[in-house]
Amino acid sequence: MSKKCLVVDDSKVIRKVARHILETLDFTVDEAVDGRDALDQCLQTPPDVVLLDWNMPVMSGMEFLRALRQSDLPVRPKVVFCTTENGMGHIRAAIEAGADEYVMKPFDRETLESKLQIVGLA
Amino acid sequence: MSEVNSAAIRTLAAMLEARTGQQLVTSRVWRIETSLKPLLRERGMTSTDQLVAAMLKGSEHGLADRVIEALLNNETFFFRDHGVFQLLNGEALEVLRAARAARRRLRIWCAGCSTGQEAYSIAMMIADAPERWQGWTIDILGTDISSGAVERAQTGIFSQFEIQRGLPIMMMMRWFDQEGENWYASAELKRRVQFRRHNVLEQPPMPGRFDLILCRNVLLYFPSAVRTAAFDRLASAIEPDGVLMLGAGETVLGQTAKFVSERELRGLYRPAVLGEASKAA
Ligand SMILES: C[S@@+](CC[C@H](N)C(=O)[O-])C[C@H]1O[C@@H](n2cnc3c(N)ncnc32)[C@H](O)[C@@H]1O
Ligand SMILES: [Mg+2]
Repeated sequence: MSKKCLVVDDSKVIRKVARHILETLDFTVDEAVDGRDALDQCLQTPPDVVLLDWNMPVMSGMEFLRALRQSDLPVRPKVVFCTTENGMGHIRAAIEAGADEYVMKPFDRETLESKLQIVGLA
Repeated sequence: MSEVNSAAIRTLAAMLEARTGQQLVTSRVWRIETSLKPLLRERGMTSTDQLVAAMLKGSEHGLADRVIEALLNNETFFFRDHGVFQLLNGEALEVLRAARAARRRLRIWCAGCSTGQEAYSIAMMIADAPERWQGWTIDILGTDISSGAVERAQTGIFSQFEIQRGLPIMMMMRWFDQEGENWYASAELKRRVQFRRHNVLEQPPMPGRFDLILCRNVLLYFPSAVRTAAFDRLASAIEPDGVLMLGAGETVLGQTAKFVSERELRGLYRPAVLGEASKAA
């Protein structure tokens, strides 16, 4: 069965690019437009992996991640941050909050595929 | 492509093959003009024809070298083909570790290392397992025919785009320092690798034999006779019980009798003599 990835980004263009790459890697893709939307979807049907933007309206990627890791989901979806935030401080904070991997925009297919392999999903 | 241009491109293709063994595959021909654009701009030229003419006249110093550099495909990234690197770090290095337990020394060669990601990947694998390699001397040599690539590898500096291709975030944080848009390999990591210019079709880059050779995505574009000759060179540079790692889409099958695949190390190859010796035993 193909793995499921939830792409969380307030940019429609980014969601589209990510979806395209993920589908060629045999993932089933769902989309969320902000952290709140993502959390609702995760609590209902948790994906195998979340590709997570940082800066979004309503609920940021960080707030989402903290809430996700505090939830009592029976599974632990992998979280790969995917953001223009590229400083060590942000990266460290993301890892501490429970992110498994980190992608700095812009990214390409090899970056995404390799990061998914690193978290054990591709 | 215009008529004149295709004559120019034939000249470029012939020169590339004569110097490096690499054939221009049809699918890359359309990229030639794009690859050469920065060089044209730098030399104030307007067409590939003009470039080829200047090159043939030999009027511009170092031009042919620069053209070759521009035409070589340098695509690479860290831990390219994740699964094979896991196999390498697991069983393959374990086999070599057992075989060299008395000497505690390993010599590793990345032939066609491009800008260094492959050699740095190996170095990080080793550096991240200090207990496993306690007391060992491990030499990692990366070579490439492109001096531009070798110089970049030596700097250990990678752009944001390059640094994250294939590299786990924890390793990036551990082994690289960020400065502006770039990521710098730590002194401790750089100390573990050496780079130099070398053509894989020539004599091995140093005397003695290597325990592990990576020659990945290099032989791909050689015509088959050249590829066989390259395998001969690699065979002359590897220990009889050494390990050869090729690119994910590459094989020794039908290309050389000097290496054989090994069942326990899928995707990795060993010198044929050893294969036969262990079959006989
Ligand atoms: C596609 S890159 C592969 C880099 C790396 N091994 C990898 O798999 O990611 C191929 C490299 O081989 C180098 N190369 C091509 N012909 C060569 C030759 N005859 N001797 C040494 N290097 C060569 C090119 O300059 C280029 O950097
Ligand atoms: Mg955003």
